[in-house]
Amino acid sequence: MADIPTSRPSAFHVLTGIFALPKGARLGAGPAIAALVLAIIVMASVCAPLYVPHDPLSMDAMSRLKPPSGEFWLGTDPFGRDIFSRVMTGGRVSLLIGVGAAVVSVAIGLAIGLVAGFFRTADGIIMRIMDSLMAIPAILLAIALVALNGPSLGSVIIAITIPEVPRVVRLVRSVVLTAREEPYVEAAIALGSSMPKILIQHLLPNTLAPLIVQGTYICASAILIEAILSFLGAGVSTEIPTWGNIMAEGRTYFQLKPGLIFWPGILLSLCILCINLLGDTARDLLDPRMKKREG
Amino acid sequence: MFGYILRRLLATIPVLLIVSVFVFLLLRLTPGDPAAILAGDAATPAQLERIRDSLGLNDPLHVQFLTWFGQMLQGDFGTSLISNTDVLDMVSDRLGPTVNIAVMTIIISVLLAVPMGVIAAWRHRSWIDFAVMSFSVLGFSVPVFVIGYILIQIFAIELRWVPVQGYKSPADGLGAFFSRAVLPSLTLATIYVALIARMTRASMLEVLGEDYIRTARAKGVRENVVLFRHALRNAAVPILTIIGTGFALLISGVVVTESVFNIPGIGRLTVDAILARDYPVIQAMILLTAGIYVMVNLLVDLSYSLFDPRIRY
Repeated sequence: MADIPTSRPSAFHVLTGIFALPKGARLGAGPAIAALVLAIIVMASVCAPLYVPHDPLSMDAMSRLKPPSGEFWLGTDPFGRDIFSRVMTGGRVSLLIGVGAAVVSVAIGLAIGLVAGFFRTADGIIMRIMDSLMAIPAILLAIALVALNGPSLGSVIIAITIPEVPRVVRLVRSVVLTAREEPYVEAAIALGSSMPKILIQHLLPNTLAPLIVQGTYICASAILIEAILSFLGAGVSTEIPTWGNIMAEGRTYFQLKPGLIFWPGILLSLCILCINLLGDTARDLLDPRMKKREG
Repeated sequence: MFGYILRRLLATIPVLLIVSVFVFLLLRLTPGDPAAILAGDAATPAQLERIRDSLGLNDPLHVQFLTWFGQMLQGDFGTSLISNTDVLDMVSDRLGPTVNIAVMTIIISVLLAVPMGVIAAWRHRSWIDFAVMSFSVLGFSVPVFVIGYILIQIFAIELRWVPVQGYKSPADGLGAFFSRAVLPSLTLATIYVALIARMTRASMLEVLGEDYIRTARAKGVRENVVLFRHALRNAAVPILTIIGTGFALLISGVVVTESVFNIPGIGRLTVDAILARDYPVIQAMILLTAGIYVMVNLLVDLSYSLFDPRIRY
């Protein structure tokens, strides 16, 4: 087996190279602020158990629906639980679902997309299946999957992942379709490189940059969908506080305690806003033409 | 043209076929027994077996699929396991509110979003461009139901302009209909406006850099004619495309919005059916929404030639 001699840069160099600023370009303050706000929310959520003043699960019939006070910073919910503690702790699971769904859907979509883009025979069938999946509204598919598989964390991540996979597949496939016409890939094929080697060493690196951008968008939309699923009663088990679950419980008491919906809603929206802004920045840095490939 | 429509319609058959296989397998291969739901908690194993037999659940999987699919082709979507009524009747009863709200949403969205995008592109990098872009990023970031509750809090609870929840059909009086439909439509429109305004702006920016725009301005065409007749028409195709693909967002939004505003539409029907595991209703609804999505996108593709005479089918 002959191989083309290559001096491959490390993955780190590939990534830093991809996102390097063009000469003379300035990023502005927006992305920096977004990154900072996001970092604060993530840190505050991850470290929540260390500093929240109350156990987010302990109920107290004596202090139901209390207004904000020195003891309960944002008041208490209908079960006497501290809203501040719940909201901060709730972010952990919501963020975990966001990151989990992004990683899983990118991984699955990458594998299927590489195959679809490279093997022309598989392409037709795979893409028809992906088109069909895309025709089913994501939310309906996700509720159905959770309702049928049970309200566990894993099943929620899977339910959010499946509707996202076709989008990743289409993206990866379109990148592979362009890349496989490049001389270095044709040379590798002509020299008899093994199929996995061509896929992983020559084609996969081309997909990394657009996938990172796509991954950030999926992460943002997964956090949103988690909230919607919980809101409709098809999310993670209600014993686990998540932003979605807290808001779902707030529905009945909305007129008494709008904070139950607004506080988690504000944090969640802020979080998604920052992730989307960072995704936009990454996309603009990468290649303005990438927008066209997404369709 | 007709050849093209025919080919596109034929192309939707495999898509809908795969969707139906997928939905069928999804519901049959996951834990959960329709017979147990139908029989209730007090059923004996023998009763359960009888119900399973009568539902055809003991047949091999492919026989079950073909039976179900055959009945569906004849317009028989089965009866609900919960309410024991015909699924098609249930759906047609609940279709009105959803269609009314969806149509109102699309009208509001296009009327707001297209001018927003056009002005943002026209005054590129001005405060108004910044405001439109901020709105469109924000629109994607706030969950639909949070927007709904914010609107309820402001317009129904604080200002008391409209009722908090509920639905009245236009037949009961247009005033009653609009006062209840306006908040749900605005809620649904937020994300749609964000999407369309963003695409309009991007598409217009591209077109406004073209030579024929400069020519039109140079020969003294009024600016609003330049924008809306010369530029917008040429920018229309990507905008139409996003209205079509964004329709999926609208369907998802309908499901949530109907829950927030207590509207008896097909979104609520579907969620209730899924949570109660009412299999025939779930199957029918997922197929119906997939079919609507495919058809809307076909219509969008056909409408391209209305705006861009260069496109012929």
